[in-house]
Amino acid sequence: MSNDARIDGYARALFEIARAEGTIDEVEDELFRFARNLDSSDALRNALTDEQIPASRRQGIVEDLLGGKATTTTTQLISLVVGSGRGRELPAIIDRLVQRASSSKSLELAEVRSAVELTSDQQTRLAAALANATGKQVNLKVIIDPAIIGGIVATVGDTVIDGSVRTRLDHLKARL
Amino acid sequence: MSLHALALFMAEEGPHQDDKGITTHHWLLPETYELIYGGLASVIIFTALYKFALPAMKKSLAARTERIQKELDAGSAAKAAAVADAERIRSAKGDIEGERARLLAEADSQAAAMLLDGRSRLTAEAAELEAKADADIAALSGRAGTELHAEIARLSAAVTDSLVANELDAATHNDLIEAFIAKVGAAR
Repeated sequence: MSNDARIDGYARALFEIARAEGTIDEVEDELFRFARNLDSSDALRNALTDEQIPASRRQGIVEDLLGGKATTTTTQLISLVVGSGRGRELPAIIDRLVQRASSSKSLELAEVRSAVELTSDQQTRLAAALANATGKQVNLKVIIDPAIIGGIVATVGDTVIDGSVRTRLDHLKARL
Repeated sequence: MSLHALALFMAEEGPHQDDKGITTHHWLLPETYELIYGGLASVIIFTALYKFALPAMKKSLAARTERIQKELDAGSAAKAAAVADAERIRSAKGDIEGERARLLAEADSQAAAMLLDGRSRLTAEAAELEAKADADIAALSGRAGTELHAEIARLSAAVTDSLVANELDAATHNDLIEAFIAKVGAAR
């Protein structure tokens, strides 16, 4: 089995479990946030992908991190993947799961990076604005990314709408 | 005294008698037969000497003369050779003097040429080094300007990042987000 097929298989399995539990929206959102944290933290990624660390210890790390902060389903799904030695593929599996979840609702995944948290009202209006701009209903996923300094970067499919302070400063640097 | 007078004198003498009583016909002259035999023997001897010894003596003398002549000739030849050698040495000495003068002149000429060549080469090298130094200075000046610009840009960017990040308060963040939503919403 190829790696891509394996990732797809895991994503499909996790999606079906979450949907069967009736918590797909919440689980999908939590998984997405966990995947982005995993992307940005080398220490966490190393801890969850190091095969020298016993699987039970890696699962213990997941439970310590998410216990009480995420749903039981989310914690168990991540623990399942990490325990099976697929921690390295976890972000890709989660991304595939989120895509699958969006597709099941006929939504386009919209990944939004912001330096600060968006209010619920802002998320609703931003989703509407993106839907208006792209002509597609979107499944909004917000990532807090201080690196962009301020503003928002939205990615919908292949379209990137960059309104970040980081990019404006980069343009200023290039002109300098 | 001639032989004839001598013969007459001896003929005038009487018989001679010694102390033992033996008498000869003359106190000086031998007996006639002895004279004859002696004369004949003398003739034979002189004839033999003339015939055999004289040629040998002449030959020996001639050989000696020839040897002496050869020695004289050899001495003369040696003298001539010595004179020739002396002349050659004098000539060679003259040649050496000439060669020495020629070599000295050639060395002087080469030294002068080398000096001239060295001066011209040094002048050219000095000019080349000066030109290279000018070019290096110009390049360094340009590069330093470029590096200074880049450093200023880098520092400015870093300072700008820091200033902007520090200056962005919650209200500004909110304004930026609202502006983005408004801009995206109005895009279509």
